[in-house]
Amino acid sequence: MGLLDAGITKHNVLVTSVDNVLNWARLSSLWPMGFGLACCAIEMMATNASNYDLERFGIFPRSSPRQSDLMIVAGTVTMKMAERVIRLYEQMPEPRYVLSMGSCSNCGGPYWEHGYHVLKGVDRIIPVDVYVPGCPPRPESLIGGLMKVQELIRMEQIGISRADALKKLAEKSIDPQSVIETERKVAHA
Amino acid sequence: MQELDIAGMGSVRVTRKGNNVVILEKDLQTEQMVLAMGPQHPSTHGVLKLECLTDGEVVTHAEPYLGYLHRCFEKCCENVDYPAIVPYTDRLDYLAGMNSEFAYAITVEKLLDVEIPRRVEFIRVIVAELNRIASHLVAIGTYGIDLGAFTPFLFCFRDREIILSLLEWASGARMLYNYIWVGGLAYDVPADFSKRVMEFVTYFRPKTVELYKLLTENEIFVKRTRGIGIMPADVAINYGWSGPMLRGSGVKWDLRRNDPYSVYPELDFEVPVPDGKVSDIGDCLSRHLVRALEMDESLKIIEQCIDKMPSAEGFNARSAVPKRVRPKAGEVYGRAENPRGELGFYIQSDGKSTKPLRCKARSSCFVNLSAMKDLSKGQLIPDLVAIIGSIDIVLGEVDR
Amino acid sequence: MEEGHVLSHSVQQSAAAYAIIHDKFGDAVTAFDANETMPFFEVLNTAVWPEIALFMRDNPKLKFNYMACLSGVDYQSEDKVGIVCNLESLGQLNHKIAVKVKCARTGGSIPSVAGVWHTANWHEREAYDLFGMLFSSHPDMRRILCPDDWEGHPLLKDYKVQESYHGIKVPY
Repeated sequence: MGLLDAGITKHNVLVTSVDNVLNWARLSSLWPMGFGLACCAIEMMATNASNYDLERFGIFPRSSPRQSDLMIVAGTVTMKMAERVIRLYEQMPEPRYVLSMGSCSNCGGPYWEHGYHVLKGVDRIIPVDVYVPGCPPRPESLIGGLMKVQELIRMEQIGISRADALKKLAEKSIDPQSVIETERKVAHA
Repeated sequence: MQELDIAGMGSVRVTRKGNNVVILEKDLQTEQMVLAMGPQHPSTHGVLKLECLTDGEVVTHAEPYLGYLHRCFEKCCENVDYPAIVPYTDRLDYLAGMNSEFAYAITVEKLLDVEIPRRVEFIRVIVAELNRIASHLVAIGTYGIDLGAFTPFLFCFRDREIILSLLEWASGARMLYNYIWVGGLAYDVPADFSKRVMEFVTYFRPKTVELYKLLTENEIFVKRTRGIGIMPADVAINYGWSGPMLRGSGVKWDLRRNDPYSVYPELDFEVPVPDGKVSDIGDCLSRHLVRALEMDESLKIIEQCIDKMPSAEGFNARSAVPKRVRPKAGEVYGRAENPRGELGFYIQSDGKSTKPLRCKARSSCFVNLSAMKDLSKGQLIPDLVAIIGSIDIVLGEVDR
Repeated sequence: MEEGHVLSHSVQQSAAAYAIIHDKFGDAVTAFDANETMPFFEVLNTAVWPEIALFMRDNPKLKFNYMACLSGVDYQSEDKVGIVCNLESLGQLNHKIAVKVKCARTGGSIPSVAGVWHTANWHEREAYDLFGMLFSSHPDMRRILCPDDWEGHPLLKDYKVQESYHGIKVPY
């Protein structure tokens, strides 16, 4: 990518189509390191299994961080485990994404108040791209979260930083209330 | 035969066979290797670290290191009301949430003065047994995938999805239910629930036979699990083993029969104990067999419950649920038969507060896993995976 | 025990088992608390506890071969911590009993019974981890659930959670 890096602006026509192809390739075969810690891991396994088949999205779970580009933190991260999470995150090659699945890794979950040994949210130790709420999130929610990661990848261009891509993604987000209102209007019409 | 001095290997005896040099291994200097399996590992069923000291491929001992999922269950219990503890008990053994809630509810009810309606008792048993089947399906599926058999995993999860949709219909959630409350249930089951459950029972009966033929009778599976990790019965009792682990060692001990609770005394079911024909008593295959055969017994229990269950006329699932759960002063140790063994709760109440003074969860997996160090002596590294799979641990319960 | 109060069968069995223990050990144990939910007795002379444990396990009339649970408890008002053991004779005589052993809250220790029931090995480690009481002659006395360098014993009633662990903020 060295040559292309030189003097790239945001609206470089040459790079745009290369961007699109590369991004399409990356998002169509997101290989997660399913970091299954607790109950959410079982829902992640159920999403991988035949009913909610994740493999049709190209998502094939890998056990090793060196071969994956997405880390799904599924379950409660404890203080004892926190250092290992950081180590595994650092072992992943870039570009890497982190999806925080479930309440426990979002913010500490049901253990936020009295859990002395629970890390209140995995974003205290590693940067998280997508949060999927739920306890545990339904497989459909997890698939939705993964599609959000795919959208993020689509947003990315060569020469734009991850933080900017996340900002762009946030700007694009739709208010769910307006979607519900429009659907309701259509249904009652 | 010659004697060579090779750097780093000590003195080695070699001999020539044609063009090849064969090293006679006896004088090789070997070192023990410390292999850390976990905490992130596909086969440890969660965040468990096994520190193995190995001499080549043979494990001298494998010591489990816990605490990577210690979620402070007991501290949370002391700070919330009794009914609010039910979601936390769900998350202990998250594969068998209904059973965990069941154990907790019957323990607290020992200190309360409530009369549980009969229909509630039957519904509790139905959902608990459905959850037992779901839990055994995961145990069998993941055991197969640990040993390299991918297809049973998919078959098991396909059937598990049907059970999960039934439980979601009853309670509102797929996996962590908050359904069995102290004194009753959160809701009654929907109108057609019995019919759908019977449909599932008819659908699932041939599937257990199929699973048996696919995995349990598979020659590779048998070769990898027969004779591995043998635990004699008296040692198992001394280690505190319970549930399928203890039954796999030949002890016919099932809390639903030997220390009965709820409506189990009225139900007719067998307690499968391996007889040593297909497997060696106390080995991994026996434990797996117990789980495979228990699923059929659970189906029998569910059918009988649906037959005997009183109708929903004028029934309110929350009729006996106290407005404020304030048990009398005292202590109790109550337990139930979970799919993994005996889940017990030691609850200490001071009679005035709505929060327990002490609520300890005696978890089956914690006790079952404590024998790992002795079970693994002298086994090969692949056999370690077979042993952990047969112990069927759920780290949520081990670390609480 | 109130007058005219009939004990259930299981409590009577536990009382009979207690009688045998009391015969042998006399003043080392307290009187039997025959409540319906968890009949128990307390061991007053903690140094004799391993001997009592061995007696309970091996005596042919007792045969308590199965330790169901060993929980640590914080008796803050008495300035003590202790353990509650639930024992059972599994498959043999089918009676149960509970035993309590207490020690001082700071620096106290209870002799270990890990050599009598293997179940006690990890349960005692957990009790040490969460309550702080040491178990003398335990084969492997170290923390089991919390990390080795965790400060404090979490389940004590006056426990204050630490602010940070290895640079990571602990409270919410």
